[in-house]
Amino acid sequence: MTIETPKLTIDRIRQYLTEGKRFDGRKLDEFRKLEIEFGVSNKAEGSARVKLGETEVIVGVKMDVGTPYPDSPDKGNLMVTAELLPLSSPRIDLGPPKFEAIEIGRVVDRGLRESHFIEFDKLCMEEGKKVWTIYVDIYTINDDGNLLDAAGIGAIAALKVAEIPKYDKENEKVLFGESSGKKVPLSKEIPISITAYKIGNEVVVDPTREEQDAAETKITTGITNGIIASMQKGESEDIDLETFEKMIDLSEKTWHDLNKKIEKFLK
Amino acid sequence: MTTIKRPDGRKPDEIRPMKAKVGIVPNADGSAMFQFGETVAIAAVYGPKELHPRNQRNPEKGTLRCTYNMISFSVDDRIRPGPSRRSMEISKISEWALEPVVMIGKYPGTVVDVHIQILQANASTRCAGINAAAMALAHAGIPMKDLVSSISIGKLDKSLVVDVNKAEEDWEEGEGATDMAMSFTSSKGKLTHIQLDGHITSKQLKEAVRLGREAIKKVYALQKKALKNVGEEISE
Amino acid sequence: MTEEKRQIVIPGEIIASGDDYLPGEGTEKQGKDIIALKYGLAEEQNRLVKIIPLSGVYNARRGNVVIGRVEELTFNGWVIDVNTSERAFLSIMEVPRYVNKDALEEVMDVGDMVVAKIWEINKRGIDLSIKLRGLGRIEEGLIIKVNPNKVPRIIGKEGSMIKLIKDETGCDITVGQNGFVWIQGDKIENELLAKKAVLFIVEKSFVSGLTDEVTKWFAEGKK
Repeated sequence: MTIETPKLTIDRIRQYLTEGKRFDGRKLDEFRKLEIEFGVSNKAEGSARVKLGETEVIVGVKMDVGTPYPDSPDKGNLMVTAELLPLSSPRIDLGPPKFEAIEIGRVVDRGLRESHFIEFDKLCMEEGKKVWTIYVDIYTINDDGNLLDAAGIGAIAALKVAEIPKYDKENEKVLFGESSGKKVPLSKEIPISITAYKIGNEVVVDPTREEQDAAETKITTGITNGIIASMQKGESEDIDLETFEKMIDLSEKTWHDLNKKIEKFLK
Repeated sequence: MTTIKRPDGRKPDEIRPMKAKVGIVPNADGSAMFQFGETVAIAAVYGPKELHPRNQRNPEKGTLRCTYNMISFSVDDRIRPGPSRRSMEISKISEWALEPVVMIGKYPGTVVDVHIQILQANASTRCAGINAAAMALAHAGIPMKDLVSSISIGKLDKSLVVDVNKAEEDWEEGEGATDMAMSFTSSKGKLTHIQLDGHITSKQLKEAVRLGREAIKKVYALQKKALKNVGEEISE
Repeated sequence: MTEEKRQIVIPGEIIASGDDYLPGEGTEKQGKDIIALKYGLAEEQNRLVKIIPLSGVYNARRGNVVIGRVEELTFNGWVIDVNTSERAFLSIMEVPRYVNKDALEEVMDVGDMVVAKIWEINKRGIDLSIKLRGLGRIEEGLIIKVNPNKVPRIIGKEGSMIKLIKDETGCDITVGQNGFVWIQGDKIENELLAKKAVLFIVEKSFVSGLTDEVTKWFAEGKK
């Protein structure tokens, strides 16, 4: 199908990179223009829209009261789901969830969990019986590459503005639409997941769709305040250690810039 | 028509503030957003393109295929991601509402995919979806006889109202609420879709449909303006 | 209607009314009214009213040069995807040299991009040919996809626009009517500049006097 990036173009992308150039003129460690908007849906406890260049995702936080997991009776729960909407790309057909959607959900989940961003012990109502469950639902609106990082930023943004709904203790009901005034308990430092992509012998961040098609493998690193809390390698090609270290360094380098940009929106 | 006090203070024939915007998904062949008050729908169109699997292809003309879904956080009670019977029904209804104007006889064996997503819901979601879808189809350059414009008409107790919101859907006084979603070809006013839930006489139903046909003129004006000003958010 | 006064019309809209007018492409006459059957720019010339589409798939026409991707090898040719709903086929008879029937992939393999001419369109689909000069497998360069309806703007009146890009960037540019543009230059900077120029043209396709706009754009870029 001609919706795939032609091999010729992929060869060119690789060639250009060896000279340190990208199709859209960016540097190898440069992210596209970031935009974050809040309030995609007033029915969500919190929601955000994130744009990285032309890539767009929306993320919503919903909450509900339920039973805790047996091995964490005094902690709230988290469930992250991602959906690749057919409307976001000609490549997505109707049918069961593609692996990429599952991957996005899992990687964002890992990034949130391992960084201890959400203070789960503050989401307990009655130990062993009632805890808050946080649902983070991610939807793609336009796929122009790097949905992973856009989703990660969206999840942080939506959580940052999310407010816990009122709970009617007597009737054991969540009063959706009525805020308790309390925000979701979060730690101060935001965890940011950055995915480094290997294209030929070079490593880039925030690829466009064409660049992502040219990438052989990728590593997503979740960093909070300089500390790596999560990591995941995707795709099947192997990486030599030198390139691996290059990828970690690139993620760390980009983290600072991206952190500043995100903080601006969260103010 | 007896005057009734609507929960949000609107006049009986007053539509909630509407917004429309064409060209919101860069990857799509055509895309649009339509809003009735707090109900927000987006639609994207891809096609005509080859239909797979081959055995589903129509050798005589193209196939129109619609999907309608609500995102999990579009409503108070989170909707589990994935299709439901309700969304499958509305998908088909939307397809039938749009089909009479779409002319894809020139593209046998192909499919035109219309994807509708509800981002925020306050009733009349299928109407907002159809309005967005009609704009997206035109934007995609699909040959069409006309646009389709959709609106909901309600009967609250004995009174007819235009553009039903959730509070009105749940109206309980007197005869309760009757909810009627309907779609028309925009310039000629021919009915392409109607659904009804409630309690109504045939006389009042006829009145309701005429009321709807009149009300869509405002919807059409907005859809037209949005298509003529791609990329701009138009409010009326 | 002068060129500047071309109006965007939507399906179902009355473009013109009167016995004088004739319905051209994308329109239909209903009584005295000429009705638009497609979204696009309405144009009237000598009482013939037609629609210039702004969007929509490429409609294959005989004689068009198109760029496509090899999808499949059959016993006597290549199935090419040219982004239309019809199937496009290049027979080994339409290749200007001897082809070993057992080694089709030596000429072109799945995934290769090719510039071809539409030789014929019939019930079975599109028949392609690469017999003429300038046609054949694309060896290198970059390929971008644009809205096929903007292709006339990229080429320009009598090729004026495409010549402008070639002169300013030194790149070879081949535009397929189906919306694919093949750019090949000697330096990366030039190829990227040509790519940018093409995308600029597509974005500003509405503007009249576009050639001057693009000339200005190149000049400003050189500062």
